[in-house]
Amino acid sequence: MALLEITDVHKTFGDRQVLKGVNLTVNKGDVVSILGASGSGKTTLLRCINFLEYADIGHMVFDGKDYELDDESGAHIAAIRKKTGFVFQNYNLFANKNVLENVTLGLTAGRKIHRKEAEKKAREVLAKVGMSEYEEYYPSQLSGGQQQRVAIARALATDPEVIYFDEPTSALDPQLTGEVLQVMRQLAAEGMTMIVVTHELSFAREVSSHVVFMADGVVVEEGSPSQLFENPREDKTKEFLKVVG
Amino acid sequence: MFNEKTWDLLISSFPKILEYGLKVSLPLAMIAFILSTILAVFVAMAQFAKVPVVKEICRFYIWIIRGTPLLVQLMVAFYGLPLLGIHSNPFLMAVIVFTINEGAYSAETMRAAMEAVPIGQLEAGYCVGLSYMQIMWHIILPQAFRTAFPSLFNALISMVKDTSLASSITVVEMFTRTKQIAGQSYNYFPLYIEVALIYLIFCTVLTFIQKKGEKVLGSYGVRK
Repeated sequence: MALLEITDVHKTFGDRQVLKGVNLTVNKGDVVSILGASGSGKTTLLRCINFLEYADIGHMVFDGKDYELDDESGAHIAAIRKKTGFVFQNYNLFANKNVLENVTLGLTAGRKIHRKEAEKKAREVLAKVGMSEYEEYYPSQLSGGQQQRVAIARALATDPEVIYFDEPTSALDPQLTGEVLQVMRQLAAEGMTMIVVTHELSFAREVSSHVVFMADGVVVEEGSPSQLFENPREDKTKEFLKVVG
Repeated sequence: MFNEKTWDLLISSFPKILEYGLKVSLPLAMIAFILSTILAVFVAMAQFAKVPVVKEICRFYIWIIRGTPLLVQLMVAFYGLPLLGIHSNPFLMAVIVFTINEGAYSAETMRAAMEAVPIGQLEAGYCVGLSYMQIMWHIILPQAFRTAFPSLFNALISMVKDTSLASSITVVEMFTRTKQIAGQSYNYFPLYIEVALIYLIFCTVLTFIQKKGEKVLGSYGVRK
């Protein structure tokens, strides 16, 4: 069953059309990688479906409920955000909170879960991302890879239906990229639904169940990794794979 | 000029002047500073959140207060409030005027500090399921306070000295007390030097506290 169905999303910044009618369906347990050159609109798409940007038009069915991506009430937006996790390119850990507090805040303040229980949950997910030793550290004391793993733990802690990853390794050097991708592989293996905007072709190829290639604000081609990487149909896809692969 | 009699006068008047500094000037500055900071947070938040109408009112308030001298504001309150049927004691009136005056400046400090918090902090707050007010309380305001702290403390130090202006609306504070003593002895200059030194001591202590405070707030090292 489709967890998430997005239809006809349009978005302009000024006079630049960034999204020109994007459709996307994500099933429960899917790991969807969205590939594409910079400026193809993939990050904007991700931000629109979590209401960090308003689309010009666009419709979404999430978990059986309808949402208008261009105009939705604050209460509905708040409700859907409680079912989703978001991992940013530049981590965006709360600078004034330590690692443990970063993970618990969404539970204690956002969901009124008792502090003891929230900390138990936080320790569980921090163990999962290999950051148990760093509970007391502040974000500025951690490496980029460590920060991103905490950010993933923060998203995981709230038991989301889906986690959106916006170029989670783009700010990291290859070694740190590896440790973050390792965590994401593990999540995928556990059946977490994930939408990953990425430049990591090997991750897309090996981990995802579905690959979407975007260019100039539209989905050019999508399919299974083997189909898209080995038998791309569209010229633009071939071109892209040749340049980056 | 600094003969033995003058020294005696300085020594005997020191505790009398200091007493009014500790009993009137410092409390006036402290109370007004705390109240003005609270006021400033609300004024800054209204602008940061772009609350319609309220935001305009806040801009108007800041425009008026920053565009007129504190001494004039004190006078307007002193002669104006009774016309409106509001009679209060001069100390309370001074607290109100200093609060409103400093609130306008600190609001700008706070607004700038809030705007300096990266937008990603707000977005991350939304994404973990926090409401706008929760993000303000847990994320934006603590970080903004850290940025604003030196400027706010600067304002406090200024205010300690500006309390001497309250003498103009008959508040008997440290400077007024000095004037009284000087008037009785006709020995103005040494006493004014003395009160200047006491203000200097107050501000030195505050500067020391500021340094300590910055260290404490710096413990999470936001800015590298």
